[in-house]
Amino acid sequence: MIYRTLFGAPSRRFGSSFADLEGMRRQMERLFESYGDRPLSRAGAGVFPAVNITEDADAYHVSAELPGVNSADLDLSVTANQLTVAGERKISEEVADARYHRREREAGRFSRAVALPGDIDPDHVKASLVEGVLTVTIAKAERAKPRQISIQ
Amino acid sequence: MSESKELKAIEKQALASPAEQTKPGPVFTPNVDIFETEKAITLLVDMPGVKANELNVDLRDDTLTLTGDVLPKAGTPGEKVYVEYETGRYYRQFSLSEVIAQEKIDAKLSDGVLRLTLPKVEKATPRRIAVQAG
Repeated sequence: MIYRTLFGAPSRRFGSSFADLEGMRRQMERLFESYGDRPLSRAGAGVFPAVNITEDADAYHVSAELPGVNSADLDLSVTANQLTVAGERKISEEVADARYHRREREAGRFSRAVALPGDIDPDHVKASLVEGVLTVTIAKAERAKPRQISIQ
Repeated sequence: MSESKELKAIEKQALASPAEQTKPGPVFTPNVDIFETEKAITLLVDMPGVKANELNVDLRDDTLTLTGDVLPKAGTPGEKVYVEYETGRYYRQFSLSEVIAQEKIDAKLSDGVLRLTLPKVEKATPRRIAVQAG
């Protein structure tokens, strides 16, 4: 790792003046280790909503967190190997005399296209929206499914 | 107003938990709206994926604690091929300055949003004491 080559070598060359830095490096290392069991591929396309994709033998499963979005305000479509999730998150106006202390939840429109790793069967797509989590199950195309090959 | 606005992706805020957790896994700070009227304080909390029986609302003295768990097995089946967000526990604590009528607290969870209504204790109506001259 980069920080090892940056911080590791000078501490040995210059001796005790870098002892603090060495300690810091060790702390950094520990910090990195504690994140070790987490999935690393947190790419994040920077487009709302964030999606997770899992795959089993027959289908791709796409999930996204959409709290407070009605299924009526959600628009899903699939093409050859792409899923598009579009919609709007609405936050209803509260009573007129409400004084806000915090406003962290946001309303607005969103649209996201997700490329799937393989070909899909657009006729077999199921979607559900439960507890604010959208789950879309997309069947793989016949030719994309793994096939068991028996050895003669 | 909201018609023209595009939602931006904001990474879930992981929380450095106040005390070390006994269960492994990340802890997130849920987004909240808090507003107050004459009669009540209302909180709207985004907790996607939390089921009603995994949600805990605790009011002790003047500290309100919200905890919601997303079970690890609640995710979709199969192997992970692409990961943009993580799930875990939602945790947030507030200290309240108003006296709350505990028995009238109302909590509703729908579409992953908790709506918590905390009614204020009605103030005692002032009594006028007539002072007699004499």
